[in-house]
Amino acid sequence: MYEEKKLEQIKSSFKDWDEEVGKQLGKRPEMKEIFATGSDKTVERLYTPLDISELDYEKDLGYPGEYPYTRGVQPTMYRGRFWTMRQYAGFASAEESNNRYKYLLEQGQTGLSVAFDLPTQIGYDSDHALSEGEVGKVGVAIDSLRDMEILFDGIPLDKVSTSMTINAPASVLLAMYIAVAEKQGVTPGQLRGTIQNDILKEYIARGTYIFPVEESMRLITNIFEYCSKEVPQWNTISISGYHIREAGSTAAQEVAFTLADGIAYVDAAIKAGLDVDDFAPRLSFFFNAHNDLLEEVSKYRAARRLWARIMKERFGAKKEKSLQLKFHTQTAGSTLTAQQSDNNIVRVAIQTLAAVLGGTQSLHTNSRDEALALPTEDSVRIALRTQQIVAHESGVIETVDPLAGSYYIESLTNDIEKEAMDYIEKIDNLGGAPKAIEKGFIQKEIQNSAYKYQMQVESLEKIVVGVNKFRIEETEKKELLKVDPHVELMQKKKIERLKSIRDNDKVQNTLDVLKAKAETEENLMPFIIDAVKEYATLGEVCGVLREVFGEYEQSVIL
Amino acid sequence: MDKPIRVLVAKPGLDGHDRGAKVIARALRDAGMEVIYTGLRQTPEQIVAAAVQEDVDVVAMSILSGAHNHLFPKVVRLLKEEGIEDVLVLGGGVIPEDDIPGLKEAGVEGIFTPGTPTKEVIEFIKGNVKK
Repeated sequence: MYEEKKLEQIKSSFKDWDEEVGKQLGKRPEMKEIFATGSDKTVERLYTPLDISELDYEKDLGYPGEYPYTRGVQPTMYRGRFWTMRQYAGFASAEESNNRYKYLLEQGQTGLSVAFDLPTQIGYDSDHALSEGEVGKVGVAIDSLRDMEILFDGIPLDKVSTSMTINAPASVLLAMYIAVAEKQGVTPGQLRGTIQNDILKEYIARGTYIFPVEESMRLITNIFEYCSKEVPQWNTISISGYHIREAGSTAAQEVAFTLADGIAYVDAAIKAGLDVDDFAPRLSFFFNAHNDLLEEVSKYRAARRLWARIMKERFGAKKEKSLQLKFHTQTAGSTLTAQQSDNNIVRVAIQTLAAVLGGTQSLHTNSRDEALALPTEDSVRIALRTQQIVAHESGVIETVDPLAGSYYIESLTNDIEKEAMDYIEKIDNLGGAPKAIEKGFIQKEIQNSAYKYQMQVESLEKIVVGVNKFRIEETEKKELLKVDPHVELMQKKKIERLKSIRDNDKVQNTLDVLKAKAETEENLMPFIIDAVKEYATLGEVCGVLREVFGEYEQSVIL
Repeated sequence: MDKPIRVLVAKPGLDGHDRGAKVIARALRDAGMEVIYTGLRQTPEQIVAAAVQEDVDVVAMSILSGAHNHLFPKVVRLLKEEGIEDVLVLGGGVIPEDDIPGLKEAGVEGIFTPGTPTKEVIEFIKGNVKK
């Protein structure tokens, strides 16, 4: 970006300055020997044009809305429209969650994001033995289409976009969503939203897997194919670094492992006979926002540039939309403290800024009390207001990618991209992400980072305010949300009733067909839709698939 | 020399958050204990069976899904039914303060919430192990 001669001058003046500072350090030492980012990347005292002398503006940054999209996927970004403010919510029963959604929409939220309870995420009905104690705890319990009808009652599905955090049984929940829409008179073509549908990160970090790798990848490519024809506005996957980061990875590892997973999905779909430009425009991503503001901003920019390059150079994608990394962000749950929990509001505000300065397409902000329990309505409102304050009051949305050109930001963006590329090469050499997961490579890298961080906190090398410094005695009782313990019983009764009023012969019939088709290579989506429309339960549909596919065996690595 | 303390680190229920369990497992091992980690999705029955088979001194469980009130006491109860009274049972995770007295009463002797240094857990085990 700079002329050779100018760079020589800067090199010389920088040396003078650096020597001068060096002399003063004896008298006025810096607070630490080594300065580092939140992810432990060493940070220099000062960044200058010398650190980005190789940067080629047009090739490496370009313009927003243009390859390689470092500066954003849209040309006008938030001047055209804010990011979607989307609070992840759901607890107890479909009735209670429906109320919370209506409340959030009234408060100015612009999209829905459904949290399911663990039995739903793992394909068990509420009356399954393994569901005991878990029903309605971390999200809403959905056992059948009946629950989905209640969940979206009075919410027009042609108007809102809905994100569903569902992975192993994503096809079943999507089928239910399509069926509910139909009852509202909304066609699949009108539906907008996202299913997470990212099984690889479940094996790596999140844990709600059901089926083995190959069968899971088949279900995922079935969804890609089905939606490219029938539900064209639906984002068929949200390739997630969020949980990888929550499990303790660094920022660069988050980019690396997420994009490596992305590569595996693209590979699988191409292998299944799909054209890259038919499905790639509907791929979306999901990243974390931690406290190191500048590192996070650099991370999003690096991820965007690297994905564009991978799609173009590795997969030969042609459509612009195939090259664009669009992403949802959630602020970092793992940075929330149970101690002095109101301080979390400030952390979330910083993380919100990071996501917005990094060009996110949608955002969930965590609530202050989430290190203690599910959030109360008041806490959720503050979290949503945090986004609204950043949008309307902070001024950061007035221009596109305002931090570009900062010597530090550009240098860090390069650095993170490079580290991620090196990891991806290592993973390629292991045979791709699924193999690297099987061998435990990815999990081990994350665990090492997590352990290192914990030790740094314990040795006070890293300060967490209120936890290892600035502590106080806390006596005041906090108002926390309690999930009604009767949900489990209510859900069980609902299933019992459902099974007594539905046409059980028809249900059995659709399940038999699904089972037979699972043994062929046919796309399973239409048969899953048939089954859920007859009110086959989630557990029944997943049960049939379990019989044919078997279950994933976790490789336990310490 | 004393026999090293044997610890079963377990993830009961369907919760997949195992960062804490793995960090604790490694910290205990670095502190000289013998650690067995069960992996995810263990039923209370499986945890008790593993505790018996591995002849452990401590069962340390982690739950972040809110199912602790149901699953922790069940493990204690099943251990008792097996006639095992000398195993120290601990729980960690996202556990609201209001739930702690009930869990302690049920026989979960130490409850560790987010932000707890691993040293504190190590010291608690050393000070309270019964065998």
